[in-house]
Amino acid sequence: MASLRARIAAARPDPGARLAAPGASLGLGDLIRSGGFGAELAGRSVLVLTATQIGAAQALVELDGRARRLVLCPPGAPAEHLPHVIAEAGVEAVATDRPEQLPAHLGLPVHALRPPGAAAATSAADDLATEWLMFTSGTTGAPKLVIHKLDGLTAALSPTAPAGPRPVWGTFYDIRRFGGLQALLRALTGGCAMALSEASSPIADRLAWFARFGVSHLTGTPSHWRLLLMTAQSEPLDLAYLRLSGEIADQAVLDQLGAMFPKARIVHAYASTEAGVGFEVDDGLEGFPEDFVGRDGPVELKVVDGSLRIRSPRAASGYAGPTALTDEAGFIDSGDMVELREGRWRFVGRRGGVINVGGLKVHPEEVEAVLNRHPAVRMSRVQARRSPITGSVVSAEVALDDPQAANSPELQARLRASILDHCRAALPPHKTPVSLRFVAGMQMTAAGKLERANA
Amino acid sequence: MQETAIDTRAPASDDIRSVVVAAIEATAQAQEKALQPLVDDLLLAESGLDSLCFAIIVAQLEDELGVDPFSTLNDAFFPVTFGEFVGLYEAAARGGAS
Repeated sequence: MASLRARIAAARPDPGARLAAPGASLGLGDLIRSGGFGAELAGRSVLVLTATQIGAAQALVELDGRARRLVLCPPGAPAEHLPHVIAEAGVEAVATDRPEQLPAHLGLPVHALRPPGAAAATSAADDLATEWLMFTSGTTGAPKLVIHKLDGLTAALSPTAPAGPRPVWGTFYDIRRFGGLQALLRALTGGCAMALSEASSPIADRLAWFARFGVSHLTGTPSHWRLLLMTAQSEPLDLAYLRLSGEIADQAVLDQLGAMFPKARIVHAYASTEAGVGFEVDDGLEGFPEDFVGRDGPVELKVVDGSLRIRSPRAASGYAGPTALTDEAGFIDSGDMVELREGRWRFVGRRGGVINVGGLKVHPEEVEAVLNRHPAVRMSRVQARRSPITGSVVSAEVALDDPQAANSPELQARLRASILDHCRAALPPHKTPVSLRFVAGMQMTAAGKLERANA
Repeated sequence: MQETAIDTRAPASDDIRSVVVAAIEATAQAQEKALQPLVDDLLLAESGLDSLCFAIIVAQLEDELGVDPFSTLNDAFFPVTFGEFVGLYEAAARGGAS
C-alpha cells in the first residue's frame, strides 16, 4: 500500500497548490519533501499533539508509512485524558509543532517538527501499514481510540479525478477530527489546494477566507452550513460542491443551501469515526433511500431494533483496548436511530441520548453531575431541546432541596441565576443548560435509574 | 398618524423588540461576548455572538414569547441583520408570515 506521501506525489499537485490557514501555509511539494523526523520515529507509536492544523498535516505525512502507529489528538483534548490515551495506544513518543506548549510530565521523548526542507530527504523506508488512531467519545469521560489505516480512510474517495480544473477544498472541520481528516485526505490525495480555518474564528472571517482562497468544495456539519446561511457574505463563495456530515441534515438546510447555491452539487454523508464513510446522498432529500438497507456492495447496512448497523471495509478495525467494535458478524452498531417513512429512512436521534449541540457531544450525565453539586439542588435531569440553530441545546429540570422555593418567585429567580453561574464556571458554554425548569420530582425506572426520554 | 385597531392579545412591536434586545444582551453578558450596538442594519455575523449564543437566544425567546419563528421558516430565508431578526419575531407574534 502506498504511503500518504507517495499518494500525494502520485497526484502530481500543481506547483502552487498549498495547504493554507490564515497567516500560515505549506506547499504540497514541501509537505512531501520535508524529511523531518520520520526516520527517528520509524516503527514507533507516536502521539501527534500539535498546536496547529498545518503542523498536524505535516506530522501525518511524515509519519504515515514509517511509524507503527500515529495517534491523532484533537484540539482541546483535556490533558488529564492523555495518560489513558498513552497507555491504551502504547505511545512511545510525541510529535509536536510547539514543544513549549505541551502539558508537563507526559514522560515521553518529544520530537519537534522542523520547517520543511530543514533536513535532507530521509532515506527511511515508508512502506509500513501505519495504524491511524483517532479519538472518539466514550460513554464515560475518557476517549476511546479507534484504529484505521490509510487505505480504509481513503476508500470512499473516488479514484479518478473528474475532468476540468482541480477542486480547491475548504473545511469548517478541524482536520484532527474524522470529518476534517476526510476532507484533508480528499485534498491531498487529489493533489488539490486546501483552506483550513479555526473554529474559534468568527464565521464571517472564515467565509471571507474561503472566498479569497477560491474554495470550490466546502465541507462541514449542518450547523456550520446553517451558520453560513445566516451570514452575509462580503465576498460570495462560488461553490461547486457542498458536503454535510456529522449531524442529521434536515430538509430545511438542504433546501436553503440549494437555493443559495443553485449550481452546486450538495451531498450529505453518513460517516462516523468508527464506521468511516458509510454512504453519501445527493438527491437533495433528507435521510436516505429505502433500498440502501440490504443492498449489495462493499458497505452493508441493516437496521436492528431501530438502530443502523454497518459492515464496511472503510470501518475501523477495532478499538485500542478491550472494547469490541463490531458484533460477531462484523457489524458496527452505530447507535443512530432510524425510521422508515414514505420510502425513506430518516434519522431520529441517538439511542444513547447523547445531546449533539452543533456537532459537539454532551452527555446528560456530566451536566447533571455539575448541577447536582450545587448546594440547593437535590436532583436534576438533562435532556436535549430542539434548536433550529445548533440542532439541539441542553435543557435541565431541577428538583430543589428546599420545597418552599416553589412558592417564592424571588427565591426561584435567585437560585436560577446561582445555578446557572455554577454551571458556567464548571462547564464549557455548549454544555451549560440553556433553560432551567424547577420540578417537584422525577420519574425513576424500576431499576432505580433516572428515566430518560431516549432510554 | 393613522388610527389602527389594537389587538390586546399580541404584544406591541415595541415590546417584542425590547424582549429580543433584553434576551440578546443577557446572553452576550452571560457568554462574555463583546456585543456590537444593536442597530437594525447590524449584520448578525458581526454582532459578536456565535451560533451557540443564537441557539440560547432563540430558546429563551421561545420561552418568553411562545414562538420559534425559525421552526416555521419554510423557504430560503434566514435573517442576516438584527433588524430582520427582530422582524421575524414581530411577524411571528402577529401570527402572520413574514
